[in-house]
Amino acid sequence: MKRSKLALSYVLLILIGCAALYPALWTLLSSFRVGNSLFSDTFIPRHWTLDHYRDLFRDRADRSIPYATWYWNTLKVATISMVLGTLIQLLTAYAFSRFRFKGRKTMLTVVLILGMFPGFLAITALFVIFNMLNLLDTQWALIIVYSAGAALGMFVAKGFFDTIPRSLEEAAVIDGASHMKIFTSIILPLSRPIVTYISLTTFAGAWVDFIFARMILRTPEKWTLAVGLWNIIDAYNSTEFTLFAAGCVLVAIPITILFMYTQRFLVDGLTAGASKG
Amino acid sequence: MLLLTHAAGIYIVAAQLFPYLEGLMTLGDKGRHFEKKGKISVMVEGDHSIFMMIHGVLAALVVLVFLLIYILNIRDAYRVGLRIQQGKEIHGLKNDVFPWLLLALPFLGVLFFTVMPIIFTSLIAFTNYASPNHIPPKNLVDWVGFATFHKLFNLNVWSNTFFGVLTWTIIWAILATVTCYFGGILVALLVNQKGIKFKGFWRMLFIIPYAIPQFVSLLIMKNMLNEKFGPINAYFRAFGLEGLPWLNDPFWAKFSVVVVNMWIGIPVSMVLVMGILTNISKDLYEAADVDGASAWMKFRNITMPYILFATAPLLITQFTGNINNFNVIFLLTGGNPATMDYNNAGRTDLLVTWLYKLTLDFNQYNIAAAVSILIFLFIATMAILVYTRTKSFKEEDMIQ
Repeated sequence: MKRSKLALSYVLLILIGCAALYPALWTLLSSFRVGNSLFSDTFIPRHWTLDHYRDLFRDRADRSIPYATWYWNTLKVATISMVLGTLIQLLTAYAFSRFRFKGRKTMLTVVLILGMFPGFLAITALFVIFNMLNLLDTQWALIIVYSAGAALGMFVAKGFFDTIPRSLEEAAVIDGASHMKIFTSIILPLSRPIVTYISLTTFAGAWVDFIFARMILRTPEKWTLAVGLWNIIDAYNSTEFTLFAAGCVLVAIPITILFMYTQRFLVDGLTAGASKG
Repeated sequence: MLLLTHAAGIYIVAAQLFPYLEGLMTLGDKGRHFEKKGKISVMVEGDHSIFMMIHGVLAALVVLVFLLIYILNIRDAYRVGLRIQQGKEIHGLKNDVFPWLLLALPFLGVLFFTVMPIIFTSLIAFTNYASPNHIPPKNLVDWVGFATFHKLFNLNVWSNTFFGVLTWTIIWAILATVTCYFGGILVALLVNQKGIKFKGFWRMLFIIPYAIPQFVSLLIMKNMLNEKFGPINAYFRAFGLEGLPWLNDPFWAKFSVVVVNMWIGIPVSMVLVMGILTNISKDLYEAADVDGASAWMKFRNITMPYILFATAPLLITQFTGNINNFNVIFLLTGGNPATMDYNNAGRTDLLVTWLYKLTLDFNQYNIAAAVSILIFLFIATMAILVYTRTKSFKEEDMIQ
C-alpha cells in the first residue's frame, strides 16, 4: 500500500517534471535545428547547426532583426534603471525605517495605497504625457518609468533595515558619525543581501518588461529584446522560428542564472511581499 | 529677505500659474482654425487642450506643494515661538531635515510619475479626448462630465464590450487563481511527502518555468500551440487525432490561457507553500501521532488549516494580480480570437489588455482612462480589505 503510493507519487513527479521542462527543452533543441520553420517531425533535430546564433548577429538585407542592438539596448536600460531604482528604494526605506519624522505614518499609508495602484493602469496617462513631451520613443522615458516608482516597493527593504539593531548607530553617533556616514559605512555593508536582492529584481524587471517597452519604443533600432522578439513572432508569423528560438535562449540565459543565484532570497521576498504588499 | 521670498512666491503663484489653472478649467477655446487676413485665409495654431491640461495639473501640484510648505512653516514658527515663551530649548534643524533630504528624490519621482499620471487619468476620463473627432492640435478637447462612463455603461456599442470583457475578466481571475493556488499546494505536498528522495532536485526542476522570463515562455507557448505547425497538434496527429484550434477558437483559447497560466503560476505557489510547510511545528504532528491520528486526519486538521491561514492574504493578492494579468493574455492570444460583437476587443481580452489596445492602437483615451479608474476602484477595495487585516503593518515597531 505504502509502496504503491510512493510509486504513484514518483510517476506524478516525473510527469510534472516533463511538463515543466518540455517547452524550454523544445526551444533549446529548435534553436540548433537546420531550417527555419516551426514544424519538425522529430523532437531531437536530425541535423545540428549553430547557424541561427551566428545569424542573429549578422545584418541581412531581407529582414530587420538588429538583435545585437536590441541586446545592447536592453542591457543599457536595465542597468541604468537598476542603479537608479535601487538607490531610490534604499533611500526611501532607510528614511522610513530609521527616522521618526512628522507625517511619517501618513506617508507610510500613502505609500501603501499608491503601491497598490498597478503602474500600468496609468499607461493611458503616461502615453499621453510622454507623447506631449516628445519623450515617446526614447529610452530615457523607459528608464524613468522603471525607476521613478521604485520608492513604492520599499517595504521589503524597510523590513530588513528594521531588524538592524539601533545600538550600532547610537554607538556611531557617540563617536561623532554623521547621518550620511552611518548610512554608508554601517547600514549599507550590513544590508548587502537586501541590496543584492533589490538590484537583481529591478534589473530582471526591466529586462523582461514588455508592456511599457512596447508602449514607449517605436523604432526597431530602439527596441528592447522583449519588443523585438514579440515582433519577430508577430511580423514574420513563425516563419523565422528557429532564429526566434535562438534569440529566446540568449535572452533567457542571463535571467535564469540570476534567478538561480537569487533563489535563496526568493522565498523571503515573496513571503514578505505576501504579508506586506 | 524671507518676506521677499514669500512675496515672490505668492506673486509667481498668482501671476504665472493662474493662467495655467484657468487653462485647466477651460481646456482652450479655439482649435486650429483659419483666420481671414485680407483676402487669404491663414491657418492659425489654436489652443492645445492636452498641453493646457498637463500645465494645469503641474501648476496645481506646484501650488499645493508651496501651500503645504507655507503652512508647515507658519505652524513651525508658531511652535518655536511658543517654546521660546515657555523658556524651553529649541531644536536644531539638522535632525528634522535629514529624512526629508533622503526622501526628496523618491518623493519627486513618485509625485511626477505615479501621482500625476493617476490624476491625469482621472481627468481624461471626464473629457471627450478620443479619436477621430477630438485629437489636438486639430481639435479641442472638452470636459464632458460623466458622459464617458455613461457611454461605457449604457451605449450598446461600448457596454456590450465592457460587460462581456468584464465577465471574462472575473471568470479568468477566479479560474487562474484557484488552479494555480491548489495546484501549487498539491505539488508542494507531493514533493514534501515522507519517503520522497531528492527533494531539492524536484524543487529545482519545478521552479524552472518561473525562472524563464515570462515573455519568452509565453511567446514559445504561442508557437507550440500553433494550430497548423505547432508540436502539440503534431503529437495529436501522430496518434491519429485531429489537432485542436488551441488559440483560434473562443472556448479552446480560454482553455489554453488558463492551462498555460498554471504552468507559469504553480511554481510560485509551490515555493511559498513549501516555505510554510517547513514552519509548521513538528510538535503538532507528534501530538497527533500520540493521539493516534491517521495521515489523512493530520493533513485535514493540521497541514491544510495552517496553509490556508498563512496564505489567505496571498490568495487575494493573486486574485487581483490575475485581474491585471496582462502578459499571459496579450502575449499568448493578443486578446484574439476576434469577434464582431466587441468594439476593439477579442474573446480573451481582459480589461487591461483592452485598455492597452484602446490607448495604443485606437486612441480612445477617454474610454481607456474610465476603464482604468474602474479597475483601480475594484482593486483598491480588495487591497484595503487585505491591508487592514495584516498585522505586520500595525505591529511594525515591535521588532525594535
